Amino acid sequence: MARIQIDGQFYSVPEGNNVLSTCLSLGLDLPYFCWHPAMGSAGACRQCAIIQYKDEEDTRGRLVMACMTPVTDNLRISLNAEQARQFRRDNIELLMTNHPHDCPVCEEGGECHLQDMTHMTGHNLRRYRGRKRTHNNQNLGPFINHEMNRCIACYRCTRFYNEYAGCDDLQVFGIHNNVYFGRFEDGALESEFSGNLVEVCPTGVFTDKTFSAHFTRKWDLQTAPSICVHCSLGCNISPGERYGELRRIVNRYNGDVNGYFLCDRGRFGYDFVNSSKRIQHPRIKQRNACIQTAKEHFHQLLTRAKRTIGIGSPRATLEANFALRSLVGETNFFSGIEDTEYQLLQTVSQIIRDGGIHSPSMREVEQADALLILGEDVTHSAPRLALSLRQAARNVSIELAASALHVPSWQNAAVREIEKQALTPVFIASIGRTRLDDIALDTYHGSPDYLANFGFAIAHYLDSSAPEANALDADENKLAHTIAAALKQAKRPLIVSGTSCSSLAVIQAAYNIAKALPSPNRQLTFSLPECNSLGLALMAGNDLQQAFTAIEQGQADTVVILENDLYRRAEKQKVDAFLETAEQLVVIDSLKNPTTEKADLLLPAASFAESEGTLVNNEGRAQRYFPVYPAPDSICASWQWLLGTMENSSWQHHDDLTTACAQAFPDLTAITQVAPGADYRVKGSKIPRQPHRYSGRTALHANIDVSEPGQPTDSETPFAYSMEGNMAQVPPALLPVVWSPGWDSNQAINKFQEETGGHLREGDAGIRLFEVSGTLAWFNGIPKPYISEPGVWEVMALPHIFGSEELSLQSPAIAQRLATVCALMNPLDAEQAGIDNGDCVIISDLSGASLLTTVIQIDTNLSSAGLLCITAGHPKFQALKMGMQVTLRKFNSDSEVGS
Amino acid sequence: MLSQIRSLWEVLKHTFVKADTVEYPEQRRELYPRYRGRIILTRDPDGEERCVACNLCAVVCPPDCIALQKAEDEDGRWYPEFFRINFSRCIMCGFCEEACPTHAIQLTPDFEMGEYDRQNMVYEKQNLLIDGTGKYHDYNFYRVAGMTINGKNKGQAENEKPPVDVKTLLP
Repeated sequence: MARIQIDGQFYSVPEGNNVLSTCLSLGLDLPYFCWHPAMGSAGACRQCAIIQYKDEEDTRGRLVMACMTPVTDNLRISLNAEQARQFRRDNIELLMTNHPHDCPVCEEGGECHLQDMTHMTGHNLRRYRGRKRTHNNQNLGPFINHEMNRCIACYRCTRFYNEYAGCDDLQVFGIHNNVYFGRFEDGALESEFSGNLVEVCPTGVFTDKTFSAHFTRKWDLQTAPSICVHCSLGCNISPGERYGELRRIVNRYNGDVNGYFLCDRGRFGYDFVNSSKRIQHPRIKQRNACIQTAKEHFHQLLTRAKRTIGIGSPRATLEANFALRSLVGETNFFSGIEDTEYQLLQTVSQIIRDGGIHSPSMREVEQADALLILGEDVTHSAPRLALSLRQAARNVSIELAASALHVPSWQNAAVREIEKQALTPVFIASIGRTRLDDIALDTYHGSPDYLANFGFAIAHYLDSSAPEANALDADENKLAHTIAAALKQAKRPLIVSGTSCSSLAVIQAAYNIAKALPSPNRQLTFSLPECNSLGLALMAGNDLQQAFTAIEQGQADTVVILENDLYRRAEKQKVDAFLETAEQLVVIDSLKNPTTEKADLLLPAASFAESEGTLVNNEGRAQRYFPVYPAPDSICASWQWLLGTMENSSWQHHDDLTTACAQAFPDLTAITQVAPGADYRVKGSKIPRQPHRYSGRTALHANIDVSEPGQPTDSETPFAYSMEGNMAQVPPALLPVVWSPGWDSNQAINKFQEETGGHLREGDAGIRLFEVSGTLAWFNGIPKPYISEPGVWEVMALPHIFGSEELSLQSPAIAQRLATVCALMNPLDAEQAGIDNGDCVIISDLSGASLLTTVIQIDTNLSSAGLLCITAGHPKFQALKMGMQVTLRKFNSDSEVGS
Repeated sequence: MLSQIRSLWEVLKHTFVKADTVEYPEQRRELYPRYRGRIILTRDPDGEERCVACNLCAVVCPPDCIALQKAEDEDGRWYPEFFRINFSRCIMCGFCEEACPTHAIQLTPDFEMGEYDRQNMVYEKQNLLIDGTGKYHDYNFYRVAGMTINGKNKGQAENEKPPVDVKTLLP
C-alpha cells in the first residue's frame, strides 16, 4: 500500500496502479477519454492532466497525465490546481473544435462520455469560429452506424478492435488532425464483438444501428437486470424498453462474468422479442382464445388425460422446468434434449459437481497462463469466452513485463510490444479452423475421435497413470508432448472443451487432461449449447427418446412441451410421429415454430424481457433475470401457465417456486440467494425500473385515455414499474441502470465498483453452485478412430455465432449476418469425389432419399476424411442432424459422388 | 380613525380611475409574441419539419406531458413519428421551448383552450404542426449540423471544410 496526498488529503491506496484509475477508484472525478479499465492507458487524449509535486516543499509542481503516472509511496498530486483545470478545459476545447453540432440527432446524446467530460471541465461556450474538419462515413453493416465527424481521436475503438478483440478490419488512416477510424472500404465489421464499439467509443462515432431504428434516449428506457439467453455463458445485460417494445441491449457489468463486454449475438439478438412471429394469444385448435378459457381448457386436458408427459427445455428457466416437472410428476418429466446431448450434459454436470477441478468464471479464465482448447471453436459456441481467452493469451508477456522490465500491465503499448517475445502457450485442437487460431502456438485438426484420442494422449503424457491412448503419428506425438510439457509448467493452466463436437470422448479426454495437471490452480471449463443447459442437466429428467417411446407405445396420451422446438432436437419423421400420435398436445412458447404449429392448445409465453427466472450458466453460476416490462394481457410467463393449472398448490408466486425448486434438488439449494425476493425493499420502497428523469408519463397513454392508468404492479420481484424509489441505496448488482451525478454515460460504472475494473461493491450478481470437491476416476473410453467408408460422409454440425442459436435467428439484424449456406469439405475428399469449390450437391441419406441441396466449400483446414461440416441449427440445414451418414450427388448429374 | 377615513378615500378615488380589466371575451388584450400559451411545432424556412425528435422537450417538461418517438425519413432527417402533448397537464412553463435545439417547439399567445371533454386536450402532431416558422424565421438546424441529409453532404454545412481524403499521402 502507498500513502499518497491528493489536494491535501491523504489516502492509502495500492501501489503500482496508475493515478487516474486510483483517483476514480477513490470516487474522485477526473476527466479522461482514452483510458479504459480493460484496455489500460494510451496517453492519447491528454485529458486527465494533473499537477504532480516533487515533495512537500514543492509549490509549482509539473503537469503530468494521470493515466501514465504510476502510484508510488509519498506521491503528492493535485487535481484541482488551477493550472491543471485550465489545461483540461483548454484540451477539451481543442478536442471540440471539429465536433459537429449534432447532439440532438445523435444516438449517444444523453449517455455521452464526451458530454459528461465537457460539462465536468466547464467548457460550455464555443469560442472557435473556424471551419470544421469533416469526414465521409462508411456503411459498417447491420449492427453499427458510423458518423466520423464526431471523432475526438482517442483511439479506443482501434485499441479495442485490434488489440483486445484481435480483429484487423477496422483501422486508423491518415495523419494529424485528419485521422480516420474505419475500414479500408465499406462493409460489415468482421469481428464478433463489434457491438462493444458502441460502448467503448466515448462519443457518437459508433452507434447501435438496431437501436437507432426505434431510438429512445437512455433516460426514457425502462430497464431491469437481466441475463443473456443466447448462449451458455450467462452474460449480464440491461435490456431497455419503451412503449411496450424492447429497444436495445447494453452490457451490465459483472466483475466475474462478462465485465465490460458482450458479443454481437447477445447485443443485437434481442429483436426476436418484437418479432411478428411472437405468439400473441392462446390458441385452442388453431383458434384464438382468451386467457381464462385457455387456462380452463388446459386444466380439463390434464384432468382427462390418461397420463401426461412434460417435455422441458434448456432455454426455459429452472422455475419453469420445475413447475412442469411438479405438474406432470417426476417420472413423466423429460428434459427435451436429444440423447447424445443429454449424455454429454450429464457427464459435464458430473464433472463440474464431483470432478474436483475448478470451473472458472470468465475473470478467472483471463488469469490463465496456459491454454488448451479441445474440440471447440469458442468464438462460435460461447463467443464472450473467446474474448476472455484472448486476454489470457497475453498473461505470459504481462508477467514478463512486470518481472523483468518493471512495466505495469496498464502500460498498454509497452506491454503489447513485448508480446512478440513472450508467447503464452495456447494450443487449439479442433475440427477445423477457429477464430482463435491467431493466438495459438500450435493447432491440431481432426475429427472428434481423433481429438479425443489426442486429448487422452496428452493426459497420459502428463500423468502416466492416466489411460494410454491409441498410437499417434510422429508429428502428433511431438505436439502432444509439447502441449503436455507446457501445461505441466503452467501455474494456472486452463482446459476448454464443450459439447460442440457432440462427442463424449472429447469431454472425457478434457477431464483426464485437467485431472492429470499437477498445478493446484488447474481449471476446466465447458461451453454448453444453451442458456440453461446445465440447470436442466442438474434437474436430470429423462431423455427425449424415452418420451417418444412412451407415446409410441401408448403409455401416455397428453404431452406438454415447454419452450422447446422438437424439430431442432430430433429427426423430422420421429417428431412428426410423436406429435401426431399424442392425443393432446399442449405447447408453451413465445415464438411460432414448427412444433407450435402442431399444438392443440398453444399458450403464449413471455420472453426473457417480460418474465423472471433463474438460469445456471456453464460455470455453474445461478443468475436471475427480471422482467423489464409487463407482458401484454394475453401472454403469461411459462411458470404462470403451469402454476395456474396446478390444483391445491400452495405455490402462488415465483419465489415459492424458487424455494420449492431449491428444496427439491440439493445441488440447487443456493438459488434462493441468487437475488432478493419480491418482499425486498430499499428504504421502504421497491427498486424503480425507470430512471429518475423518465419522461412523458402523463402523455404516454393519453391518446387512449387522458386519465392516466395506474402503474402496473409487480408482485413477483423487488422491482417496480415506476420511477419512485431510492436508487442511491440499491446494491450495485441490482441496479437496473448505471447512472451517477455528472456521469450519464456507461462509464458511471466506476462509481459502483470496489476499484475500477474490479468487482461491484456488495458483490457481483449470481451465486456459484459448486466449489471444488471430490474426484472422478480416469475416463478410459478411448475411441477407435473413425474410418470413413468411401462415398459416405458423416455430418458435423458446427456452431456459428450468427445462425446456430434459435431465438437470435429471428432478429432482423442477425438474420442479415447469417453464416453462408454451404457445406465444408476436406480437399482430399473433394478431389476423390470430383467436387470443386462452389459445386452444388444434393445430399441424401443412406436410403437414397434426398435431404437438401447445397454448395460445397473446400476447407484446407479440415484434415479428417469423411466429414461434411455444416452450420448447426441453421434453418436451411434442419434436415441434417449431427452424426448423420449421408451420400453426395452433384447437382445436374446422376452419378453418385465418390462411388 | 384618521387612517380608516384615509383608506375609504383611497378606495373611493379609484371609482374615477380608468379600469385595467377588459370585457373579455368581447374585448381582448393584445398579447406579446413571447406570451406563453398554446404550444405549436414549426417548420424551417424551407418548409420542412423542424422537430428532430431529440426528446429534450419531453425530458425537461415538469409535468411530463410530452411524448414522442423518433423516426428517420428517406432523406436521413430525424422526425417525430408521433408527437403528443397532453394539454390537460401542461403548465405553460415554456421549458420545452427553451430546451429545443432547433426552434421547433414554440409557445404562442393563445390560451383559449377550454374543452368540455378533457380527452380533447390531448394534441397530436397534426394538431400541433403549423406551416410557418413561428417566432424564429431563419434558423435551419440541418444547415448547421454535421449530419448528412439528402441534398446536403459532408462539408456542405455552414463552417465546414470539404471531407478529408483519408487515402492521400499529402499532409
